[in-house]
Amino acid sequence: MAANCVRFAASLLGKGVNGASPTNPVTLQLYRQICGTSALRRKNLAAAGPEKFTPEFIQKQIEEFEIGKRHLANMMGEDPENFNQEDIDRSIAYLFPSGLFEKKARPLMKHPDEIFPKQRAVQWGPDGRPFHFLFYTGKQSYYSLMHELYGKVLNIEKHQDRLRAKGLFSTETKQISLGTSRWLTKEELEELLVETISTHDYNRFIQLLERMLSMAYSSLEEEFILRHRQQLEAQTMHQVVPPLQKDDKGVDFSTAEGKRKTSKSSVVVRDCGSGSITINREDYLHYFPVLQDREQLMFPLQFTGLLGRFDLECTVSGGGRSSQAGALRLAISRALLSFVSEGEREAMRQAGLLTPDPRVRERKKPGQEGARRKFTWKKR
Amino acid sequence: ACHSEKHVGQFYTLPSAHVRHLFPNGLPWRFQHQTKTFNETCIMVRQPALEVISCLKKADYSQPALRYLFYGLKGSGKTLSLCHTVHFCYTQGWLVLHVPDAHLWVKNCKELLPSSYSSSRFDQPLQATTWLRNFKITNEPFLSKIKTKERYVWTKREATEAGSPLGELVDQGISRVKSSSDVVGAVMKELRLQSSQPGADFRMAVAVDGVNALWGRSTIKRQDKTAVDPEELTLVYNLRKLMKNDWSGGAIITTLSQTGSLYTPKSAYLPQELLGERGFDSVDPFIPVSVPNYSEKEFESCYLYYMDRNWLQHPQSRTEEGKKELIFLSNRNPSMLERLCGFL
Repeated sequence: MAANCVRFAASLLGKGVNGASPTNPVTLQLYRQICGTSALRRKNLAAAGPEKFTPEFIQKQIEEFEIGKRHLANMMGEDPENFNQEDIDRSIAYLFPSGLFEKKARPLMKHPDEIFPKQRAVQWGPDGRPFHFLFYTGKQSYYSLMHELYGKVLNIEKHQDRLRAKGLFSTETKQISLGTSRWLTKEELEELLVETISTHDYNRFIQLLERMLSMAYSSLEEEFILRHRQQLEAQTMHQVVPPLQKDDKGVDFSTAEGKRKTSKSSVVVRDCGSGSITINREDYLHYFPVLQDREQLMFPLQFTGLLGRFDLECTVSGGGRSSQAGALRLAISRALLSFVSEGEREAMRQAGLLTPDPRVRERKKPGQEGARRKFTWKKR
Repeated sequence: ACHSEKHVGQFYTLPSAHVRHLFPNGLPWRFQHQTKTFNETCIMVRQPALEVISCLKKADYSQPALRYLFYGLKGSGKTLSLCHTVHFCYTQGWLVLHVPDAHLWVKNCKELLPSSYSSSRFDQPLQATTWLRNFKITNEPFLSKIKTKERYVWTKREATEAGSPLGELVDQGISRVKSSSDVVGAVMKELRLQSSQPGADFRMAVAVDGVNALWGRSTIKRQDKTAVDPEELTLVYNLRKLMKNDWSGGAIITTLSQTGSLYTPKSAYLPQELLGERGFDSVDPFIPVSVPNYSEKEFESCYLYYMDRNWLQHPQSRTEEGKKELIFLSNRNPSMLERLCGFL
């Protein structure tokens, strides 16, 4: 097809050349392609690399975000000055309700810094000369960090030597209190330096930091070290404990609810002293004739060792036999939280008693027989 | 036999000779397996059985027979209480008429013959012969002592004269399968008449398990697929006559049973629900005895019994924790506990 187009152009041009009057000398130009295939014109997108955003572009996005935030606050009738990110999220969820399961696929409005990946500004000036002295190493921020770190190590050693010379060197100095923290992971370091690092480099970095820590007077550079440590998540659970209420007769009781796969249940746990259990006003031996379901009910009580102490009054609806048992189990463990100590609560959480089971029936897809099962494959 | 209130919760062993005679197949199926495993028959002494036994001891036998009815939740021990009482009667030397499960007469019938005695009724030769055989094994001493009062004609050529021993009647029934149901009826009539007489030297105990079958519905169908009312079965008809209070010199001990009963909801366990209106009216002046789940003491004793027999193999079942778990899982129901311990 390209050849045809080219010939066409040549013939046209040829005619043009022949038709021109001899008074105007027409310079014979080499024929050029007037049209080509879409295949030739398509840019090689893969070779271009990730999209580059200029700082001006990001700046413009930030301005637009701020204006949009004020508009949104006006729309929702709230104060434009004190409109924070949580309010934005709430308003967007209200204005654009979405039923999608994947949270990342829902409509979102965040500050451009969080949306666009961090990119480095141009590293060299108009004359093509780079700003940083380590630019030609390829990983300039990493090497500059290592350089700085080693400088600090030397600093500490010099300090130690000076003290030793004066005779004031002692090993019992104030150690840095690290608390419950850990070193930055490779991903976090990459994010900090805005450039890729190899595992080898990362290991060297951590080795140097450990070496610095092991020296006696490392408290001099405490702030620098703490910058490269990540606090571990607080181990306290964010668990809402149902309150312990008192009945008329002075009996403690607490209520809780649980859900599993279309069954909903609600349980009132009373601290009576008998081990009787009623489900929907029926004896649990009749409601759950299968041993497995009764074992599910027994698990929270057995785990905390409070088997014969409580009186349970449960209601459950929906779902099947197994899911009702699971819903009841969750409700019982939640209700027991208020009767049990902190350490026990953590143990229950780790045992998985307090986690609601997220498994729901998967939808059947068209073109398949079930959710996953495909139709029988016939070779011909 | 001479149990009293103090013995509640303790196990007592039935001598195996008694068991062979009394219960050729009268015990519940699972209990029979347990007997074979442990090599002995042990029943726990429980409150309901004790009550009935004490009533039996004090009753006046010139009055019409008293009716006792065991009722309770499924698996709470009604059949075993019945067996306990029956054993007591046996040791006292009574004649025992034990129907292991009346539901067997009302369902799954393989052979149904029109009755020779009256044309509207149906016979069940198989069940009748089985029952007669068991009756023979149980009441051997009485078979030669009791004599028939009337003459019974079976076919043109066979007849039993008046004054012949009961044993002959029973043998007649076992050998002539076709007329076995009528033999059963005849036996019941004889015994009823004879125990009412003041000169009789024996007392009769009628023990029926699953008595609600006699007044419920049946699954047996005629050839044209119409359902058969239990009244039209000879066996059931005769048994109902026995259940009426018109004879004296004995006692009627019965149990309700939901497990074998037909067309009743699973949660029904009270006499009114299971017997139905007709049944309740016919059984009306009766002494209901409720059989509850194990109390704490009884549960303890059952648990210790299993431990004693080394039935609980799992190491955790021997601890306190394990015991609490067993209580929880079985809710102190005897049959559930037995099933649980079965695979421990």
